This record gives sequence, structure tokens and C-alpha cells, in this order.
Amino acid sequence: MTAELCDLTAHDLSAKLAAGDVRAIDVLESTLRRIDQVDERLHTFLTRTEGQARTQAGLVDERVARREEVGPVAGIPLALKDVFCTKGIRTTAGSKILEPYVPPYDCTPWERLQAGGAVLVGKTNCDEFAMGSSNENSAFGPVRNPWNLETVPGGSSGGSAAAVASGQAVWALGTDTGGSVRQPASLCGVVGFKPTYGRISRYGLIAFASSLDHVGTFTRDVRDAATILSAIAGHDPRDATSLPEPAPHYGAGLDAGVQGLRVGVMEDWLGTEGVQPAVRDSVRAAVDRLVGLGATAETASLPHADYALSAYYLIAPAECSSNLARYDGVRYGYRAPGGGDVMEMNMRTRGAGFGDEVKRRIMLGTYSLSAGYYDAYYGQAQKVRTLVIRDYEEAFRRFDVLVSPTSPTTAFRLGEKTEDPLAMYLSDIFTIPSDLTGTPAVSIPCGLSPDGLPIGFQIMGRLMDEATVLRVAFALEQDLRFAARPPLLEALSA
Amino acid sequence: MAEADTAKATRFETVIGLECHVELSTATKMFCGCLNAFGAPPNTNVCPVCLGHPGTLPVPNEKAIEYTIKIGLALGCRIAPHSIFHRKNYFYPDMPKNFQISQYDLPLCVGGHLDIEVDGETHRVGITRVHLEEDTGKTVHGGATGRIGGAEYALEDYNRAGVPLVEVVSEPDMRSAEQARAYLTELRATLESLGVSDVRMEEGSLRCDANVSLRRPGSEELGTKIEIKNLNSIRSLYRALNFEEERQQVALERGEPLIQETRHWDEGKGITTHGRSKEYAFDYRYFPEPDLAPLEPDPQWIETLRAELPELPAARRRRFQDELGLSAHQAGLVASSAEWARFFEATVSAGADPRAAANWMTGDLAALLRETHQSLTAAKVTPEHLAELVKLLDEQVISSAGAKVALAEAFATGASVDAVVEAKGLRQVGDSEALGGMIEQVIEENPAPVEQFRKGKEGVLGFLVGQVMKKSGGAANPKVAAELLRERLSGSG
Amino acid sequence: MPVEIDVQHVARLARLALTEEEQERFRRQLGLILEHAENVREVAAVDVPPTSHPIPRSNVLRPDDPAPSLSHEEAMASAPEEESDRFKVPRVVEQE
Ligand SMILES: [Mg+2]
Ligand SMILES: [Zn+2]
Repeated sequence: MTAELCDLTAHDLSAKLAAGDVRAIDVLESTLRRIDQVDERLHTFLTRTEGQARTQAGLVDERVARREEVGPVAGIPLALKDVFCTKGIRTTAGSKILEPYVPPYDCTPWERLQAGGAVLVGKTNCDEFAMGSSNENSAFGPVRNPWNLETVPGGSSGGSAAAVASGQAVWALGTDTGGSVRQPASLCGVVGFKPTYGRISRYGLIAFASSLDHVGTFTRDVRDAATILSAIAGHDPRDATSLPEPAPHYGAGLDAGVQGLRVGVMEDWLGTEGVQPAVRDSVRAAVDRLVGLGATAETASLPHADYALSAYYLIAPAECSSNLARYDGVRYGYRAPGGGDVMEMNMRTRGAGFGDEVKRRIMLGTYSLSAGYYDAYYGQAQKVRTLVIRDYEEAFRRFDVLVSPTSPTTAFRLGEKTEDPLAMYLSDIFTIPSDLTGTPAVSIPCGLSPDGLPIGFQIMGRLMDEATVLRVAFALEQDLRFAARPPLLEALSA
Repeated sequence: MAEADTAKATRFETVIGLECHVELSTATKMFCGCLNAFGAPPNTNVCPVCLGHPGTLPVPNEKAIEYTIKIGLALGCRIAPHSIFHRKNYFYPDMPKNFQISQYDLPLCVGGHLDIEVDGETHRVGITRVHLEEDTGKTVHGGATGRIGGAEYALEDYNRAGVPLVEVVSEPDMRSAEQARAYLTELRATLESLGVSDVRMEEGSLRCDANVSLRRPGSEELGTKIEIKNLNSIRSLYRALNFEEERQQVALERGEPLIQETRHWDEGKGITTHGRSKEYAFDYRYFPEPDLAPLEPDPQWIETLRAELPELPAARRRRFQDELGLSAHQAGLVASSAEWARFFEATVSAGADPRAAANWMTGDLAALLRETHQSLTAAKVTPEHLAELVKLLDEQVISSAGAKVALAEAFATGASVDAVVEAKGLRQVGDSEALGGMIEQVIEENPAPVEQFRKGKEGVLGFLVGQVMKKSGGAANPKVAAELLRERLSGSG
Repeated sequence: MPVEIDVQHVARLARLALTEEEQERFRRQLGLILEHAENVREVAAVDVPPTSHPIPRSNVLRPDDPAPSLSHEEAMASAPEEESDRFKVPRVVEQE
């Protein structure tokens, strides 16, 4: 197998760029070639931005030629989930209702990456308004998993996960509201990291559920996750929920090892009926590796986690029903044709502009907030949220990290769960709790199932403690040396 | 009407509560850095945040919080140690997000009062709450009629969307249109003194809805509540309440049931019309705004703001009476507006007698402002003008007739009173030599009155003095003229 | 027991025009989802405070300093319909 430039990690590429061994434009052209080769089959991108990307890469090369110091994101091909607003570049959130929408402003993460010399290759496909776990809810058709084109890449950030897994971007941003970074990372065999709530600004990120939305990263390895996180994290005055602290340098201390670290194993979760045996075995094997590296492992439990899914499916739709009210055909986006008054126009526009899952959640949220039901549903779900947070606090008194499968299963087949929303929701059962609590968590590949699909290992940490999560992930990654590549890519290089 | 009046007095009691919306005069909007300015071309003070673009987030304006706390303190409210913003969800095209960020069960200020004076009596009106929210954009109804009823389409301007808006909710403590009018006048004066709002009702920076119901005297229960919207002036409020009181009165006497509804005030026709019934009540689906953190104002900050509070109209009225000797009526007129009070105090510091200054302000000056539709601040006349006027009058350099002329001229041109007096020859003529000729002429031209006076009809003297004044163009000193006349007519018979 | 919801009423509140088929399907699916979600009600949480923000903070404010607005052209660029420098919409009828 000959790895092309587009298959390298960002830190490898950055070193080569700094040394003058390669040019940013070469890295970009390699990536664009790969997009030409596979995007038609994977349907990863909703909008491609190669023209702009060539300009950005050229600027980086000029700076290198002038012997200017360039940062670690300079010249690295990047993909953004199509929920990040990019000035002058169409941003759809995977929805027909925003099909014609071109934002007049930039989201903060892209603003920061752009300033650092990042090269944007395109906006990736996703479940409509980030609602889904399979990418089948995109208004523009599903993304396919590079490991097996008959399976889903996971969701909702499936396009970003597939892009990084298939060399169409070196790294990518996604969003994680119920697991939408970690679950697709798990299903596509890449590293998916979601830091503490508020660590990365949400300004310019098209909202799904405000109190649960997290920006997350897709990378080829843990070091890259630390690097891109350092580039975009830190306080943003335009987001009132953004953490006030400046971003630390997450790369430092990655290799400090796990000696003496206390690992809590979510045995209840591993024992859940829906967990595939291969997933269970692979996760247990990874725990053994951590013990082998000097960590201690004991059973941990989160007593209210059983209710987390229910709480999530009350809170997220409630917030989404309000967040998505602005899509009414008045100021921007799609407007349905026809006569009548403004209310009829609103109803037709939203009826035709939103897909099934979005309508379902708007209905659910509207109902659970409406007069007479608030206390029983939304109010109670918020109390359960408090209890889940207390469970985490309790568990983190005993443990430094908690570990589990990222998802109960490997990638499932397209269409397998589309008729049964509840079955689809269960796909996020292990990722949702960390979104309710706002705590950092990562998924790293820990093995392949017998049918050749990647399995994800989830490491959950304390509030604000990204460093420990990354340190454990790095140690495990170094030890596992997971190097499998999607068969699709092997076929290309053959 | 007379019958209804009797019935009103004996059979029903009016219960009124007011909800007033106040646009704060911050430099920028509530949740974004766009300018908070009236009268800009449509959709020019707008940004992704206040247009509700996807992905945008609100960040509250600290000044708006400060102003709201000041209003709360001025109204004697308790400033909540913990308050939060909610989302009030409903669809309307003037609201970019289709929810309004507002406060619900945990407002910033609770439980205050405002004292009002009506017919020399003081009433205390309770303040339920003062909370902070964002304003909506402006809709123009287009098409055949230009009114909402027959409109074919609507046009939206979002310049006003997101302007900080304070809602002051009173208890249903008012019992007459007069009291409601006094409340709104006092609230406006208070807000004006605080400098937190332009309080221009005609521009919409102060808006008011009234809740009215009638009940049997002595009853604790409230009657069917009618909400009147669209009250754009204090006069509209007063007229609408009188109309509504009468309408409900008549209905109740006829035994017609009232329905809980919203009614609109039609200024042109002088009536209220049906708007929306209670059965169509909105389901606002309030929930805590997840994009905003709670407000927990530092007690130190609150105390600092309390110390910064200016003198409020009620205290000013008291001081003007106690220290400057104004009558209650005068004090009410001069002290109820910060602008007027400032002018008055400057006039007094420039040496004018307070009562004389107050009289001139509420009399001639007020009339001139009314005629020219000007505000006191915008007018050319200054406290120095008025002080000089009062002084010259007091020293009898000019007559009060001359003073009226001088004030009108200074008002129109801004010229100094001294200059006007000279230019117009208003200086009173008081020496007997100068007046002598005129007095001889008047005696000559008015033989009959002269004869009457000589026969002992004292009252005719005033008429003769008036003739001298006329001849002198207002410049004669009437006292001196009277003396000289008396001397001349009684002397040489 | 699946929860019975008034789909038509909720769809109107949410401003969603739904087909008959959608109404029927959502009635069924939402009923099942709510039945499942109702298990939050089993949790004894009377004295537990609600969490609306995962990370508690307070007084996050900005100074009253102007920031640039959009140009009028930028503001109107995405308007589905425009007239007299304003966003044009069908007539507004006062209702619930
Ligand atoms: Mg209000
Ligand atoms: Zn703005």
C-alpha cells in the first residue's frame, strides 16, 4: 500500500510543509484527486470549494517560501460539516429549507482555522439539522461508509467522518449533540473527539439543541485531535455559553502515559442486550491493554444513565422546536410557492422544506413544551439531567476516566433502521450521557469486526479535563496501532 | 350619560392595570452590536444576530441590565438575586427567530410601587414586576387599504428588532382614567429623569396596554378583563379608558355578558374595537433560554446604581414646594418633567424669583411651545432669558405687557431680553416729564371719563391709565402714570 | 400505552403543513416515542433542581459598544421576496 499525501496525518504533513519537503498545493491536489475518485460513490460533500482551496494553499506556500512561520493547521486540507456557517459559501444543514442559503458571516471555528491558514475543501453531507444517526436524513441523499458502501457512516456528521476515513480531507469538524461526532467516528474507524460544552464556540454553528450542541473533531489520530482542538478552542465573546478560559495547548503531555490512572469500565453498558459480541470483545481487549500499560480498571456505574436517552429525547426536540422556528420563508432560505396569508406560507414552507425526522422532532418538542405538559416532560427531563450530572460527578470521584463502547454496533445497513425511529435512537445510547453532562469524550478505533467494520472505544472524562481523555486515548492508540484502511482505498492504490 | 354617571358612582367600580413597554436608550441593541436608533432607512441597522440568521447567538447588553435595575430601584422594586431569560415562542413575521427572548417567572425586578397625585390626593399604585426583553421589527401592511384588515401583503423592517425593551407591569390598583393618566405621566417622568429612555410615545419608545374591568364596589373579585392595545399617547389612554368604562358600564347594566378579549383603540373614531378573544390565547411554550446565562447582579453593583439614582419627580415636587415656595399646582407642572425642572432650576440659579419663573414657564412659555410644537430643549429661549425677564419686570424696568412682548421675541429669535427691550422700546417710562405730555393728551381726548373721575368714580382711573399705556406702546410705568393722573385731576380741578 | 396527541393542533402550533399520511404516521410514532420517554416520570426528582445549562455560569454580558451591521444589500441578499427595501410576505391575519 502506498499512502498518498492525502492519507497522512496533519502533524506529518505539517512537518513536511515546514521542512519544505512538500507544498500545500501538492497536498491539496492529492486530496482533490481523491475526492474525484471516491466522492461520487460516497456522496460526502454537499458543496466543494476547490477554487478557494487553491487560493488558500497558494497563500500558505508563499508564506513558507518567505520563510514565515506557519502554524500547525496551515496548508492542511479541511472539511466542515454543512452546519458551520461559511461566509459566501452555501450552508444547508443538509436541509431543503436552507438549500439556497449563503451565510453573510463566518462561524468562529472556521474564522480561527482560516486565520491559521487552513485549506477548506468542502462542506460535508449530514443528517438534516444534525438530527440522525445514519446520515439517511440528509435532504440530499445519504453518505455511504467507505468501509462498506452498503452500510451507513453513522450520523449526523457522517460526511465529515467518511471524508477523513477516505482521504478526502485530512481532518474535519462535526457536531455532537447526542453522539454525532463519536458515533460516526466509531463507524468509520477514525478519531472523533468532543470536548467540554463551551470549550469551542458555537457561534455560527447552525443550532439543533443549544444546551447539548458541541463542536467536535474528526482526525486520523489523537495527536491531530489535540492540535486542531488547540486551534479552535477558547473563549468567544459572541457565545455567552463559551468557557471563559483561553485554550490550553492540548498537545503537551499527550505521551505522559496511563500509569496509575483509574479507569472505570461501564460493565452495565457492555452487558446491554443490543451490544454486538465483537464490539464487547474488542472493548474488553482494549481495557486489558490499558491495564497492561499500568492503569487500574474497575466496574463503574451511572445509575441514571438508563433514563438519559429519554431525557435527551425530550430536551433535544424541545430546544430544536424553538431553534428551527426561524426557518419560515421570510428572511432567507426556501419559501414554498402558493397563495394565502403569511401563516399558510409558513406552514407550506416548513411542511415542504423539512424532512421526516426534523418534523417528527419539532412536533415532539412543540408538544412537550406546550401548556399542561411542560412539567411532566421537559421539566422532568431537566431534573433527570441533573441526576445524570450528579452520577458523573460521583463516578469521577473514583475514576479518572470512564470507558465503554462508543456505539452498541458497527455500521448497519442503509435502510435497516429508517422505519423505526426508536431503534435508530438506541444507536446513540452510550454517547448521549456525555452530551447531557457536557463532559469531554473521545472515540478511537479499537479493532475490526469479523465482517471488517471498525469498532469504536469511548473514553469519557471529567468536565474541563480534555487533557486526561486525550492522554488515555493517545496511550491506547500507540499500543493498539490500529492501521487498517477501508477496502475502497486499498482497491484504489492496488 | 348623567344616568350612567350615577350608576357608575353607586353600582360599579373601575379596576385598571397598565402594562408599559419602554425602549431603552442604549447605544446598541439588546443582544447584538447593531445601533439602537430610531428613523434609519429600512433594514440598515441589522446583522446576522438580529435578523435571526442560522447559527447566531445572543449576548446581553450590560447597559440594558443596568438601566432595568435602575428602573426597578426607582420604582422601589426588589432586584432579584437570580433571574433568567426565557424564550416566548410564537410565529410572527416581525420576529426574526419566531421567539422573543423575554423574562417569565424570574424577572429582574419585582414588587415596587409608584405614587401618583390626583386632585390633591396621593394614591399608591403597586408595581408587579419590571422585566427585560427584546423588541420586534416593524410591519407595514401593504395593498389596497394600507391597514391590516384589507392588506394584500406585508413588509418587514428589522431595524427595531432586538432593541432592548423593558416591561413595567402595574397591579390593578387604579380606579379611574384620571388615575391611569397620572400613573403614565408619572412613570414617563420617572423614566425621563433616569435617562434610560427617550419616552417618546409618538415614536413608540414608550407604549402602553391597559387592562380594564368593572366590579361591584366592595367586591374583591375582578370582573371580566378587557385588554386595550395600541395606546400611543397619554391622551389616547385617557380617552380609551373613558370609552371602555362607559361601554362596559352600559353592557353590564343591560345584563349583557362581557367576554375576555383584546380590543384596539381607534384614535380617529374614538372607540375601541374587538381584537382577539381569550379562547385564542397563545400557547407560548416558554422555556429557559439555553443560549444565555442567568443574571445574578452583584449586590455591590446594585448599591452603586442606587447611589447614582437622580432625584425623582415626586421628590423634586416636594422640594420645589418646601424650599422654593411653589404651590402644589405649580410644582406639579414644573417638576414633572426632567427637562422642565432643569430649565426652572437654571432660571432660579440665574437669580429669578422661583414663583415668578414658574408662572412664566407654565403660562406664556408653555403657550409659545405649544403653538410652535417645540420642546423646551430645542427652543431658542434659555433660562438666562427668563431670569432677565423676571428681573426687569421686578425692577419695573418693563411692564408685564412689555415682558410678554420681550419673551415672544426672545423665544422667536434667541436675542437677549435686554436687546429686545432696547430695540422695541419696551423700557417703562416712569419720569413725570416724559409722561406729562401723554397724560395731557389722554385728559383732553377723554372728557367724559375725566368728568366721572372728578365726581368721585375712582374706578375710571384704571381706564385712563390703560389709555396712557396704549399711547406709550406699553412702555409707561402704570403705577407712575396712575399717580400722575391722580395728582393732575385732583389738583387743579 | 402509547401517548395520544392532537397532531393537528401541534402541527399548527409548529407551523407545519402535514399530509394526512404524515399526520397518521406521526400520531403513531410520537405516541410510541413519548411512551418510551415517559419513563423519566418514574424517576423520583421532586427536590432535584432542573438543569438548563450543563455548565453553570452567570452574568455573561457584553459592553454597550457598537459593532458593524450588515450592509443593506447583504441583509436583503437572501430575501425570498423584497419590496421598498423590506422583506415582503403574504398578508398577516391576526389569529392565535
Ligand atoms: Mg412583553
Ligand atoms: Zn444586529
